[in-house]
Amino acid sequence: MLNWLRSPASETQVTHGQRLWLYVFSVLILILLVIPTFIVIPMSFSDSQYLEFPPETWSLRWYRHYFGSEEWMQATRTSFTAAFLTMLVATPIGVLAAYGLHASKLPYVRAAFVLLITPMMVPLVLVAIGAFYAYVKLQILYTMTGLVLAHALLAIPLVVIVTGAALKGYDMNLENAARSLGAPRWKAFATITLPQIRFAVVTSALLSFLTSFDEVVIAMFISGGDNPTLTRNMFNALRDQIDPTIAAISTIMVLVTTFLMVLAQIFGKNKTGG
Amino acid sequence: MNATGLRRDEHMERLKLFGLSSPALMLVMVILVIPVGWLFYVSFIGADGSFSLENYERMITRKSYGRIFWTTFEVSLLTTGICILIGYPLAYFMSQLPPRLANLCLIAVLLPFWTSLLVRTYAWLVLLQKNGLVNNWAISLGLWDEPIKIVHNLNGTLIGMVHIMLPFLILPAYGAMRAIDRDYIKAAANLGASPRRAFWTVFFPLSTPGLFAGALMVFVLCLGFFVTPAVLGGGKVIMVSMKIVSNIELFVNWGAASALGVVLLVLTAGVLWIASRFVNLERATGGGGH
Repeated sequence: MLNWLRSPASETQVTHGQRLWLYVFSVLILILLVIPTFIVIPMSFSDSQYLEFPPETWSLRWYRHYFGSEEWMQATRTSFTAAFLTMLVATPIGVLAAYGLHASKLPYVRAAFVLLITPMMVPLVLVAIGAFYAYVKLQILYTMTGLVLAHALLAIPLVVIVTGAALKGYDMNLENAARSLGAPRWKAFATITLPQIRFAVVTSALLSFLTSFDEVVIAMFISGGDNPTLTRNMFNALRDQIDPTIAAISTIMVLVTTFLMVLAQIFGKNKTGG
Repeated sequence: MNATGLRRDEHMERLKLFGLSSPALMLVMVILVIPVGWLFYVSFIGADGSFSLENYERMITRKSYGRIFWTTFEVSLLTTGICILIGYPLAYFMSQLPPRLANLCLIAVLLPFWTSLLVRTYAWLVLLQKNGLVNNWAISLGLWDEPIKIVHNLNGTLIGMVHIMLPFLILPAYGAMRAIDRDYIKAAANLGASPRRAFWTVFFPLSTPGLFAGALMVFVLCLGFFVTPAVLGGGKVIMVSMKIVSNIELFVNWGAASALGVVLLVLTAGVLWIASRFVNLERATGGGGH
């Protein structure tokens, strides 16, 4: 141990001992980054009205409350449906856009790219009240269609960025070779290019799903009536009091995220994906 | 076919390819650009329905609005500053690790990044409350004697926001540091630079593009942040986005809300524009043009 502390840690011969503060600090911050995500899990199994850690008595009371509440179940169904549909809408049109912009070397490509990533830069509240206004006119306020379109809008920048990055690392000559051998462009894309960038496409799809599933501010404005999302109901509940049911729901959301992250790790291990 | 024909064909082909982005562009136009354009228009309509600047005048004359803008700026700046102070050393630490260990750390950074913002905000609400974990531990460790109020105020808001924004800073900073050729540091050391000097004159300047890109992202996202200050601020930290929401939910005043929205958007665009003169923005967004 002492030897390790005295051994050089970098090219400049700083020893591990001199860097000890950095190691301690960094590990501490990493722990602090992760803990809040997981702390809700044990708390959700507490029997107490007040969230305590560690819980004195364990129970499934808050899960029973969640699964027994038609309101929460309805919201959960809405959130999953919206997330799934957002994935189905945003991924293809985002991938098409990324491919189109990558292959077409017209001068407006840059402007189009900037436009496609603006949803990420515009404050969410503004997107939300804008969409609220537009949906009143289009008469799709509080509908699943409206919710999915708005969430797809948020997901598109991610899809375009992730897929675009993968396309940059992909050799377009492969596709050109297929085309010079007689394949139409769509076929060359579908059979040659798409398999090469599939990891980025899968990552994009997962990110689209999560974008919709986690989104609060837009859902606050344009989901309601029969279609409030889980996050909308959670946010309203949070404003009122610290309801332990939220801990149970949070646990389920963390599990969904972790599951998707593991999926991304499995399918994302690659050279080309973003 | 002659050369002009070929060129025309190629141009058509490129137009067709460009057209593939039209569904996505349409979506952005219909759901974002046109509605925001309308908000811009509404912000110039007064209570009596005619053109007026009253929505903007109110922002200047009423002190409460000045305070809201100041709070927004203050919270964003503090969050960005704390993120830099915490995130830069962490990114540096990760960049010095062997790839396998660094990837493990990366997962620890990405996991909260992927987790719902609402869940993380809720977790902090629970951790920081009066009889929460932080207070209990601090008391048993003897840091303070009685439960203190850490949440429903500026401190709670900052803690939550820093936690949520840190990955946005760490990821680009770490990316930039990984890309630095270690031979430069070795060369500096060879030429007699002390470790401190080698770091500040060689490593740090090379890492600043990533750091700036991350800090810019954090600052811009903070400017328009809503959920975390609304939950952790307990009504004491009022940011512009919260005022916009209350203008619509409570007062149904679209003019006032739109004007605030326009100012927020202009501020955001302004920050990005100024920054784009110093930083390569594509680094923050992961790339773009060719």
